[in-house]
Amino acid sequence: MTIGVFGTSVKRTEDPALIRGQGLFVDDIKRDNEAAAAFVRSPFAHAKITSIDKSAAEALPGVQAVYTADDVRSLGPLLAQVPIGKLRPLLADGVVKHVGEAVAMVVADNAATARDGADAVFVDYDPLKVVVDPEYAATNEALVHDDLESNIIHTWEEGDAEAVQALADREDTVVTSVKMVNQRLIPTAIEPRGVLAEWQHGYDRVTLHSTTQQPHAVAGALALTFGLPGVSSARVIAPEVGGGFGRGLNVYAEEMLAVFASRELGRPVRWIETRSEASKSTTHGRGWAATATIVSEPDGNFLAYSLVGVADMGAYSQNFSVAIPVLGQFTMPGQYKWDAIYWKMDCVHTHTPTVDAYRGAGRPETSFYVERAVDTAARDLGMDPIELRKKNFFQPEDFPAATLIGMSMDSGDYGGNLDVLVEKADIAGLRAMQETARAEGRYFGVGIATFVEACGLAPSGFADAGVSWAGYGLPSAFNESAVVRVHPDASVTVVTGTGPTGQGHETVWSQIASDRLGIPMERITVVHGDTKDTPMGIGTGGSRSAAVGGVAVAIAADRTKEKAAKVAAHLLEASEEDIVFADNGAHVAGSPDKNVPWTDIAATAYQPHKMPEGMEAGLDMTAFFDPSNLTWPYGSHVAVVEVDPETGDVELLKYVAVDDCGNIINPMIVGGQLHGGITQGIGQALLEAAVFDDEGTLITSTLTDYPIPTATDVPSFDLHKTTTPTDANPLGVKGIGEAGTIVSTPTIVNAVVDALSPLGIKHIEMPLRPRRVWEAMQEARA
Amino acid sequence: MQVSMTVNGGEVSGDVEARTLLVHFIRENLHLTGTHVGCESGYCGACTVILDSKPVKSCSMLAVQAEGSSITTIEGLASNGELHPVQEGFWERHGLQCGFCTPGMIMSSVALLEENDNPSEAEIRHSIEGNLCRCTGYHNIVKAVEYAGAKVRGEEPPPPDWEEGS
Amino acid sequence: MYPREFDYVAPASLDEAFGALGDDSKVMSGGMSLLPLMKMRLFSPATVVDIGRIPGLDAIEDSGDHISVGALVRHADTATSDLIKANAAALATAASLTGDVQVRNRGTTCGSLAHADVAADQPAAVIALGATMFAQSASGTREIAASDFFVDAMTSALRSDEILTGIRFPKAGPGEGSAYDKLGRRGGRSDYAVAGVAAWVKKSNGSIEDARVAVTGVGTKPTLAAGVAEALIGSDGSDAAVKSAAEKAIDGITVLEDLYGSVEYKSHLAKVYVARAVKAALANAG
Repeated sequence: MTIGVFGTSVKRTEDPALIRGQGLFVDDIKRDNEAAAAFVRSPFAHAKITSIDKSAAEALPGVQAVYTADDVRSLGPLLAQVPIGKLRPLLADGVVKHVGEAVAMVVADNAATARDGADAVFVDYDPLKVVVDPEYAATNEALVHDDLESNIIHTWEEGDAEAVQALADREDTVVTSVKMVNQRLIPTAIEPRGVLAEWQHGYDRVTLHSTTQQPHAVAGALALTFGLPGVSSARVIAPEVGGGFGRGLNVYAEEMLAVFASRELGRPVRWIETRSEASKSTTHGRGWAATATIVSEPDGNFLAYSLVGVADMGAYSQNFSVAIPVLGQFTMPGQYKWDAIYWKMDCVHTHTPTVDAYRGAGRPETSFYVERAVDTAARDLGMDPIELRKKNFFQPEDFPAATLIGMSMDSGDYGGNLDVLVEKADIAGLRAMQETARAEGRYFGVGIATFVEACGLAPSGFADAGVSWAGYGLPSAFNESAVVRVHPDASVTVVTGTGPTGQGHETVWSQIASDRLGIPMERITVVHGDTKDTPMGIGTGGSRSAAVGGVAVAIAADRTKEKAAKVAAHLLEASEEDIVFADNGAHVAGSPDKNVPWTDIAATAYQPHKMPEGMEAGLDMTAFFDPSNLTWPYGSHVAVVEVDPETGDVELLKYVAVDDCGNIINPMIVGGQLHGGITQGIGQALLEAAVFDDEGTLITSTLTDYPIPTATDVPSFDLHKTTTPTDANPLGVKGIGEAGTIVSTPTIVNAVVDALSPLGIKHIEMPLRPRRVWEAMQEARA
Repeated sequence: MQVSMTVNGGEVSGDVEARTLLVHFIRENLHLTGTHVGCESGYCGACTVILDSKPVKSCSMLAVQAEGSSITTIEGLASNGELHPVQEGFWERHGLQCGFCTPGMIMSSVALLEENDNPSEAEIRHSIEGNLCRCTGYHNIVKAVEYAGAKVRGEEPPPPDWEEGS
Repeated sequence: MYPREFDYVAPASLDEAFGALGDDSKVMSGGMSLLPLMKMRLFSPATVVDIGRIPGLDAIEDSGDHISVGALVRHADTATSDLIKANAAALATAASLTGDVQVRNRGTTCGSLAHADVAADQPAAVIALGATMFAQSASGTREIAASDFFVDAMTSALRSDEILTGIRFPKAGPGEGSAYDKLGRRGGRSDYAVAGVAAWVKKSNGSIEDARVAVTGVGTKPTLAAGVAEALIGSDGSDAAVKSAAEKAIDGITVLEDLYGSVEYKSHLAKVYVARAVKAALANAG
């Protein structure tokens, strides 16, 4: 019997099925008479479609249908939550705008035949001018979409450019300016996307299984696209989902098209993405080119900061599109106090796959820029990067801290957190090792980066600021819901609107409910991911689930408990205020002998004649939680690297992190989130890049050429914590899902640049593959 | 074409195309869906099964190539409901998050411990180099295999490395 | 993920296999290189001739002064064979750095050689070891020097009616040693070679009596670096001598740029790894 106490590393309830291979992912769910879809995709980044010959495909035995834009045009484009810019046609309509864009869909009796059919569709293209580079796109010398006036579809701007410039122009100030690319990445969850669509003729209802992080958004899009009576006619189920990282925080054309085919053919239709297809049809992340500028006084006092650049949106706007950079805007100033700030980000279309949320979504980008710029400023100023940070941090007494970007950061002790890192990682010892290494001609680097993240999206008022977030016909809001239902036998169902993809919500939500109710976790079941059963939920992303969805569980549990207390008081002939819940039952405070088991309370609560006079039966409470602020977790990380002077090969020797995510519900799970997040950030720093050639062909479309970290690429991590609770929610939790990814990238780059600083190297563009590092060393040595 | 082989201790056979991959035979014909497909190029290792005592990628083999061999999939590891020490290690040490790579990761780890029940961290990492995980950063997978190794050797596993408390 | 349809033949003997080979056929041993290409439909032979069930091809044999490796010897066996480790460290190391555990358990040394990937490891090793390749067909067996076997990217000297049934190389004599080292695509020694070098040396009376060095990864094919060997032979094998010889690493090689390196970088790496591999080979030489 496990009472899920808040703050304990309870083993995950998700695991028993998964470690036995019994977890059901989309491709594991089979239906009688199902058909399979495959797509014909464009080999060109920009081309006119002059003809499509589907006769050979249609003639293949087993092929049921071949669909093109003519068949689906009436459904309209793929809806976006933030519909700014060009929306994606479900199938390319006369013209293709990126390599991998779907041109035709073939449905056959099985997947192999569908693939054969797709190969037998002959499409003629007339290639057109390609725009790949987002900075070139921003010049508007060539348009990505000739029916849009500009490639720039939105510009985020905040702060005072003139004030920053005036400070930079002052003679006694030091100006550090670095232009850097935060390169485009491919999320690469290990489970490819998949859908299983089942149209129910006669009811005009649809059930769709999909690898998504936001089933309610998909349901909203289905209802609008297919003109259903309402969202209640679209049941979207996210079963086990093999990794999210933002790629599931979207609505995809294949989801709509599989439903369309199922409606047309009267059969269930399955589509499972291949890996090389995933690299072009699933959203990418990052893709910024920007200049970060710090103006400081010679003693290291920061005066001003600006970040100006372009963000690549790809050819079509999907779910969040232009709203990703604004998430970065929240944390653009970092943890530092500035007198003036300026931020401008142009969001541009290019002839490439869509860019959208990827773990951190905007915040890793801006954190990278500020942390790289601060380290560069430290070199320009001749100061220790730790001292420079501490000098300019918001101090504990500054909280709640107002930033010039219009945010109010809840709580923090940034300097105290960094001090813990200095001690735990023995920075002094590492610097001594560095001195020895340098004397031997070795390139040994110690890189530090710190960060503050904006999590727990968000007070719903945010949804009305800047851009509309209502593109799926959903409420423009960011609250989360939960239902806590105590059954007559005192077992519990917790229903959540969050969409977990491995984060352990089943465990943690039942831990919260168990902690609140005193009912063992073994008797609690968490239901998620099925729009039929779950009240409206925004989904999982932005490290918001615990701080919003988890809090909703706690509130619903408290409400249930309040009612149960009345029943218990009635049974114990005590006062309601004296009822204490523990050990799977309730007792009178101070008199543990005067107790009643939960089973009696629950049973009573469903028998009106045994309940207190006038009380309604049932133990079933719903809560919607809307936080009062974003939450602001933060931390300090250090990486130790050595660079091979002959080859530029970077070896990561050690990684120490001190994170503060507020109160911790399950330390084991928090650690796991950090390990994975740090590794993903290391992937960006050292290995990963989506690379296009001048024709817009993605030359990194398989795992062979898009290397994500393996077990031999990373060390074990040394994790520590500080704890500064937030007051934005009653649990005091802040969020941890993206923290590692946000800070490990600049930490690693800072370490490599530190290693090579004797050569005078100030920056190397990511990924820091040996080639890049060697080229930088060559240039510096020349 | 007819194929027959031993899977998880039982004789199985089926009618397949020449092009049917072993992973598809396992998933579609035998309905053992714990073995996953995560890529095309043979890099991700989610499809790893143990074939004649060696871990192999079942997506990079034809079903007909496995004719007559003996295969263990994730479904064949637990016996009489009792978890294999590696499965137990993954649960005890939080060696999985989304769980998609987990069956393949577990099979590679089982094969490692059958050859060497006291591997170093470097040996563990080397042995799972062919299994990609995007969630865990591998840290707790290494700990899970160390836990399992201790169990196999009949020793007390090392304690977890996370700090308790909120 | 689904190959195009093809005919599958699993001959029980080499003669049967030769009979099955045709213009649009492909020999498969482990399938580690072939099947991914077929799954992505980048390559779709009409017939796959699976030689995996032919008896007698899976042995590593000691024939006195030579070692032979059969067509079905897997990377894992090559990497862990005491005989190969003691006599041909370059090949054992190259095999241990090929793919990952699962790939090494299925893929074969000869399959990798016949596939002739420009960035594969073992081709460099067999060239440096002075191996002989046995190209067998219904009309007999051609013996091809390893240095002549690799013709171009993904192209070996094998004719479409031939099967690489095995290779043979001399055992290490007194003063002889070999080594392989590389920079992998993921950094360190992981993954395909950005640049990989195998070196074999024979020491005698404090100088290098003979040497063979081969470079993989940087050009259109794994290549014998004849200039390096020439410079090494007769030298004292000192670090300076090795460094000087390494300058000739890319003589006669057309270095190609790819995602992992410019021509300049790969040329540089070839020199770095020639020096590293030669030094390691000298250290291994008894």
